[in-house]
Amino acid sequence: MLRAVRGGRAVWAPRGGSGSGSGGAKLGRPLRTAAPQRSDIFRELGPRLSRLGQALRGQLPESEGAWNSLRPHQNSPPPPERADVVVVGGGVLGWSVAYWLKTLENRRHGMRVVVVERDPTYSQASTVLSVGGIRQQFSLPENIRLSLQSATFLRTINEHLWVPNEPPIDIQFQPSGYLFLASEHGAATLEAGVKVQREEGAKVALLSPSQLKAKFPWINTENVAVASYGLENEGWFDPWSLLNAFRRKAMSLGVYSCVGEVTSFVADTADNTPGMPRGVGRVKYVNVRLPDSPEQQPVSCAIVVAAAGAWTGKLLDSATAGLQGSLTLRRLPIEPRKRYVYVWHCPGGPGLETPFLIDTSGAYFRREGIAGNYLGSMSPPEGREPDAGNLEVDHDFFQEEVWPRLAHRVPAFRSLKQVKSAWAGYYDYNAFDQNGVLGPHPQLPNVFVLGGFSGHGLQQSPAAGRVAAELLLHGSCAAVDVGRLAPGRLWGSEPLLEAAIV
Amino acid sequence: MAAALAIRGLRGGRIPPPPHPTGPLRGAASGALQRLGEWFYEVEVVLGWAERLRRRRLRRKNAHYSFIQSLHGHNVAAACFAMSCGGRVRFEGQQRWLCADSRGRWSPEVLQFHHVPVVAVDLSGSQLTYDGLDNFVLLTKLQHLDLSGCPHVDDWALGRLHVFGDSLQELSVARCPRVTERGLATLHQLPKLRCLDVGGLAVQSPGLLRILLEEMLPQCRVLGMEMEEGDPPEAPPELGQPPPLCDSAVIGGRVVPKWH
Ligand SMILES: Cc1cc2nc3c(=O)[nH]c(=O)nc-3n(C[C@H](O)[C@H](O)[C@H](O)COP(=O)(O)OP(=O)(O)OC[C@H]3O[C@@H](n4cnc5c(N)ncnc54)[C@H](O)[C@@H]3O)c2cc1C
Repeated sequence: MLRAVRGGRAVWAPRGGSGSGSGGAKLGRPLRTAAPQRSDIFRELGPRLSRLGQALRGQLPESEGAWNSLRPHQNSPPPPERADVVVVGGGVLGWSVAYWLKTLENRRHGMRVVVVERDPTYSQASTVLSVGGIRQQFSLPENIRLSLQSATFLRTINEHLWVPNEPPIDIQFQPSGYLFLASEHGAATLEAGVKVQREEGAKVALLSPSQLKAKFPWINTENVAVASYGLENEGWFDPWSLLNAFRRKAMSLGVYSCVGEVTSFVADTADNTPGMPRGVGRVKYVNVRLPDSPEQQPVSCAIVVAAAGAWTGKLLDSATAGLQGSLTLRRLPIEPRKRYVYVWHCPGGPGLETPFLIDTSGAYFRREGIAGNYLGSMSPPEGREPDAGNLEVDHDFFQEEVWPRLAHRVPAFRSLKQVKSAWAGYYDYNAFDQNGVLGPHPQLPNVFVLGGFSGHGLQQSPAAGRVAAELLLHGSCAAVDVGRLAPGRLWGSEPLLEAAIV
Repeated sequence: MAAALAIRGLRGGRIPPPPHPTGPLRGAASGALQRLGEWFYEVEVVLGWAERLRRRRLRRKNAHYSFIQSLHGHNVAAACFAMSCGGRVRFEGQQRWLCADSRGRWSPEVLQFHHVPVVAVDLSGSQLTYDGLDNFVLLTKLQHLDLSGCPHVDDWALGRLHVFGDSLQELSVARCPRVTERGLATLHQLPKLRCLDVGGLAVQSPGLLRILLEEMLPQCRVLGMEMEEGDPPEAPPELGQPPPLCDSAVIGGRVVPKWH
């Protein structure tokens, strides 16, 4: 150990002179911290430093790397006792808001943000089980704006999330567009949606059945009255890369990552705090249960961000169960709904031009790679929700519901015999109106709810995280008016309905 | 908002990368490592600045020529932009290509083409980005577009070429290091395409991709993506007829050197 350190010292001894350039002498080129004349000095410097850094890191004992903030969180440290913001849930939304909080705060190292994730393997998280689509074809301006902004973020992702000395981020965006088909029955809704989308600046084309046939000859246009096709900023990408990029960058900015489950809140309520009005409370601590142990660690905090995906409703239910009596919380209708995804191979299927197709019947599919693989599924019909207790796949659902619809739309799929693979994941389903919930909880004003995106949370995560961080830091958000997404609506009588829920 | 207020009143301590309470490092050893960690952190910040500076410069180079556009129309604006990128353009009915001189200046002659559509743009080897394409999206008669060897043209940029769907006949994205099969898939939006040069792209299975491209664009010749593995990405045949070199009468100079 000591030898390693001494070795490290020797290499880095000229540190004191690094400003004047002598430190760089060891690297073969002067190191300047002043404004660079030629940026390629820095480009060369990067890899060299990275190699040296790697060598140094290699000298450290296997198990720990106290100063390496980029280590993924196996052996993750327990949460700190005090934090400014505790983000519950390390899915894409949780890491996005953590990243934005650190980016938008104006003081470096100012705020202590902790992301608490109970399952570092993400075995059930929606983020990594989603199909990675991004589109602007929504009916609500809020959704369109969030998606447009997220698309811009994803396009310039390396300007935001690139970490020095790491390779550039590639989210493998496939800009193939979404193609929504509407029957006569749905045509008016589709056209109204396209009108709003165009007003918001999305590039969407309306296609007649014959235009559709000309563009995509493999489609059977029977009972299609009109179609809308996203020309830009729509397609699909790799969710895991996005999650990882957010996590890496946030950690490099000093966000704490820890493994544990948030089990309960300790709050000031009318019962224990004079002057607190009845019916509201203020969270002082969250209790975090550490993995494989009954131990609970309290973390004091000013703000809790509830970004627990499909379990956001459950989180608030169980975490506030201890407060019952003094504070009865209304139930948050964000719950897990199981959705299947099937992958199949079809050699003569639709070609390279295949978009993310949403059929009139609600079934969808897209291409997966270029070797003749496709993936798709549909949401189960009303009243046939599968049990959300596990993530087992119902293969009959494909044979009985999905396949007949897709084979009708794409006759090439008729020859399909069986699926290659399949998985299931949980939609973070907002049972009230299937739209994102973004804002402070009315009864617990320092709990910020960020969830319920019901199948479009991945694509909106960059913008939604930013909006949430701005609301937390500045109390308002200039870029997108998300007032209508605030949780207050959930207990009213006016759902904020989105027509284009897949 | 209560939450915002709550957060502002908070004391914020300096947070080095998360400390590990049970780590075996202690005393001088851990102090040294800590310092090293911070030093690395500072170097990374500087590297981050350099990168940001580079991006800012690139953005400025790809700015939208809205002022020229408002004065002289989008054809002239597109031409000026292309020339200032070191590229060249051809207007309808002209044989000559126009480009900037060796000092990056273009001839005011271009202003006479106010109402003449641009039919060909050669931006090969330029620093064009997605944003730079803003300058071209209004060209409805563009037939020939050469983006070969552009280091910043990526799949997102290819996704924007659909605006030329009614006119574009020849396209080269050869040797664009950031173009992949994902971007090429969007070219089905160019039904008039007769010739597509995809030589020297870093794609996984060029043979299969070529077949798929030919299926997707049955009218189009796909150049430069040969089946044989290890085929050196040799200079592919020129698109269509070789464009004549810049007319020295126009620019009084030589062809601007390309970047690559
Ligand atoms: C099949 C399928 C397809 C989809 N397709 C798309 C798509 O095409 N486009 C799109 O935009 N979206 C899609 N989605 C939706 C998208 O995946 C989600 O909206 C998004 O991932 C939600 O992110 P999240 O961070 O809120 O949730 P998650 O990724 O689920 O993260 C929540 C995390 O919180 C953790 N957690 C929960 N409770 C606690 C607790 N008490 N303590 C600590 N940690 C806790 C969980 O372990 C989990 O890791 C799809 C979803 C599914 C299931």
